[in-house]
Amino acid sequence: MSEVNRIGLGKDAYKGAKSTLCPGCGHDAITAGIAKALYESGVEPWRLAKMSGIGCSSKTPAYFSSGSWGFNACHGRMPPVATGAVIANRALLPLGVSGDGDTASIGLGHFAHAIRRNVPLCYVVENNGVYGLTKGQFSATADRGSKLKSGDENPLEPVDVCRLALELGCGFVARSFAADRRQLDEILKAALAHRGTAVVDVISPCVTFNNHEGSTKSYDWGDEHRKAVVEVGFVPAWETPEVEMAPGEVRSVEMPGGSHVTLRRIEAGFDTTDAGFAWSRLHAARGSGEFLTGIFHLATGRPAFDEALGLVDEPIASLPESRLRPSREALDKVMRSLM
Amino acid sequence: MTNDFVIKVGTVNGSGSQTANMVLLRSLFQMGIPCSGKNVFPSNIAGLPTWFEIRLSPRGYAARRRGVDLLIAMNPASAAADLAEVLPGGAVIADEPLGLAGKRAGVTVHAVPFGRLVQACCPDPRLRRLVTNMLYVGVAGRLLGIDPAEIDAALSKGLQGKKKALELNRGAIEAGRKFAEENLPAAFPLRVERPAVNANAGKILVDGNAAAALGACFAGVGVFSWYPITPSTSLGDALTGYLEEHRTDPATGKATYAVIQSEDELAAIGMALGAGWAGARAMTATSGPGISLMGELAGFAYYAEIPVVIADIQRLGPSTGLPTRTAQGDLLQVATLSHGDTRHPMLFPSTVGEAYSMTQDAFDCAERWQTPVFLMSDLDLGMNLWTSDPFPYPERPLARGKVLSREDLAKASAFHRYADPDGDGIPYRTLPGTEGGRGAYFTRGSGHDEQARYTEDGETYRRVAERLLRKWETIRKEGPAPEVIAPGSPVGLLAFGTTWIPALEALDLLREESRVEPDACRVKGFPFHDAVRAFVAAHERVHVVEQNRDGQMRKLLAMEMPDLAPRLRSVLTYDGWPIDARRIADGILAGEKEPAR
Repeated sequence: MSEVNRIGLGKDAYKGAKSTLCPGCGHDAITAGIAKALYESGVEPWRLAKMSGIGCSSKTPAYFSSGSWGFNACHGRMPPVATGAVIANRALLPLGVSGDGDTASIGLGHFAHAIRRNVPLCYVVENNGVYGLTKGQFSATADRGSKLKSGDENPLEPVDVCRLALELGCGFVARSFAADRRQLDEILKAALAHRGTAVVDVISPCVTFNNHEGSTKSYDWGDEHRKAVVEVGFVPAWETPEVEMAPGEVRSVEMPGGSHVTLRRIEAGFDTTDAGFAWSRLHAARGSGEFLTGIFHLATGRPAFDEALGLVDEPIASLPESRLRPSREALDKVMRSLM
Repeated sequence: MTNDFVIKVGTVNGSGSQTANMVLLRSLFQMGIPCSGKNVFPSNIAGLPTWFEIRLSPRGYAARRRGVDLLIAMNPASAAADLAEVLPGGAVIADEPLGLAGKRAGVTVHAVPFGRLVQACCPDPRLRRLVTNMLYVGVAGRLLGIDPAEIDAALSKGLQGKKKALELNRGAIEAGRKFAEENLPAAFPLRVERPAVNANAGKILVDGNAAAALGACFAGVGVFSWYPITPSTSLGDALTGYLEEHRTDPATGKATYAVIQSEDELAAIGMALGAGWAGARAMTATSGPGISLMGELAGFAYYAEIPVVIADIQRLGPSTGLPTRTAQGDLLQVATLSHGDTRHPMLFPSTVGEAYSMTQDAFDCAERWQTPVFLMSDLDLGMNLWTSDPFPYPERPLARGKVLSREDLAKASAFHRYADPDGDGIPYRTLPGTEGGRGAYFTRGSGHDEQARYTEDGETYRRVAERLLRKWETIRKEGPAPEVIAPGSPVGLLAFGTTWIPALEALDLLREESRVEPDACRVKGFPFHDAVRAFVAAHERVHVVEQNRDGQMRKLLAMEMPDLAPRLRSVLTYDGWPIDARRIADGILAGEKEPAR
């Protein structure tokens, strides 16, 4: 008998169509990570809403969990579409996959406002610093001084989606590297368990347009420079967390639903409870060649958008007519007030 | 003249004149006199000229009529121009310092020292600016013979529960009345009288945006996402209020709806699409500039077949244009909003009653047809007050369209999202979250086949595009039939939305004053019902009346019935003022080469 997860599904249940991305694309590793995280977290595929925008990254929701509904929206518009979907049906688990073009350029406003609202949304940024489908222009996350294949150097400051998320009050801010599956898979499981907007910025090399010498989003550059500030662990609700590390060096955070995220400090003094600390540390790392990874900030408790809106428990989408249409008396009352 | 004249009030924006004008209008309404009010306001918070026009009409004509019989002139910035609009024999109540007395021959000016009067009746200097306007209510009430009890009732209704404000304003009205009694002639050429039959018995007074909001509330809207923009803002505000009151779950105190103020119109439609896709009744409201921004996702919704209701409260454009003036200028943009081969159904409400009922229809249509449905209102309908019969309670159950439940899916042999098993071009859909996951599919704006799978195959693309055309023909059949008045003239008048109200009045004018007595057709929706084509085909010439420069309705008609295009003529206004019957009548006479009056 083949292996199954907590809800009795095999790994195949989380697979999707065959990827059409370039062999070796970082995005395919992330796809595999997502499928694994879904499997290990025991997510019911029909509850998952796969949301995306436009670009190589946004094609990937077709490549995992084919038993889930997906919505490949317009360029940059994933966050509002995901917002509408999860507000209409708060039982959904929206997983947004977008690229750096979507997130840091054409949809930057939506990214910011989704965080501001704390929309329940696991937002994975597949960040390669270039526009792949239009053949390799710099994106807004390209580092200053990073080089294109042609040798052209980027003279502009990048948009750091993690710092921006921290500034906007995001309760879950993480960065990982597509080639570091060990870390990525744990972060993805933790992000899926977060209630509210979770931003996971994954540096994901583009093998065709941004994997050369001089690029700061290449496999080699990432391997040489990445530096985890914490070691991330995820313990599902049905397992008991075993924490044997010295107090102060590890933080165990109980997530809604009863799972635990453990954050073992690697960089001395790194404080994942303090958004301001994380922001300053990332700001200091800017342009220094340090590629910091890990969960930078994790704070639970801020109400997610559906809670802030005071919605009924049941999905709005499934309310019967009797609860959607006010009574005859209600209309009479309005009419009398207008007479 | 009794009960048949136009009052125009010229004041300063932000001076509180709206409350005073509402008291005037409401007291006339309560007396049972057919009347309507139009607010003409600037794009400004305070300081620029603003006007309020009240028309009293024994025949119940609710459209604007040009030419002022009684001017209330309070604003130095607009007084001279306002005075020029007064008809010969008309009267003016003017703030004394404006010095309008003797400025126009044939017009009687009654100067009133509002500044002095307000000092006497309002001890608090900070409130005087606001209270001044209530003084003219007293003056005009006395001159016109408005029942003081009705003025008081209207004031009480307007200031519900605000006891101090009520006392203060009541005093101002009384001071104005007393001044007029003691200083102005008792005989005044304009009078109001309670008609033998109360024209407003059992009627309501409401603006079209509130009416559309009520329609949405009673149609069970689940998610309303919007970005404020004049003149649609009051729809969002009214809907928020109605939902809070009527859609809060009594057992839990929680909301059975969500109102989301989005970051822009792209997000507003994006959220509505997400919600419509997930199975809630979803709506957004905007105006022309917002429609422009919504273009890309509107095309997405057309191609991916997602229900959503979009209310377009049209204003005068292009660009920012005159954001506080009315127009019907978004027809061509909305009909094909987005790139590529895109078509959208539109509904054209003419009255507040239809703003209410057609909003409900729009939800049923959007879910039945799985496509965006546009409610094409405008500033005149949306923001002005109209008299109406009370809105009927919706008796028809919500029509939720072809949605397959978990049970349906269990029985079905297969589910293909974009197949056409019924032959009407409308596919079946499933909702994300349906337990068990049967029927899960991938929604995308890129090329897809009948099973919602990605494709770049040209033949498959063509097949889906043609199935969407089949759906368009179903929409044509199921959309609203036009209202036709056709005793058999060779000449036709075609109107829609707010042009219909003055168009009916124009038919009377033409009948009384000329030999041209056109048949009339009111278009209620796009695509055009076959009966619209039949109407055009049955007339030698059809005058299409609309409030835009380019004859957009005429162009749409010509697009859909090119063989009949030579029969179409245009009667157009595009100056931001609601079109009036005289312009329509004159326009038709000119088109018929008949002398205008």
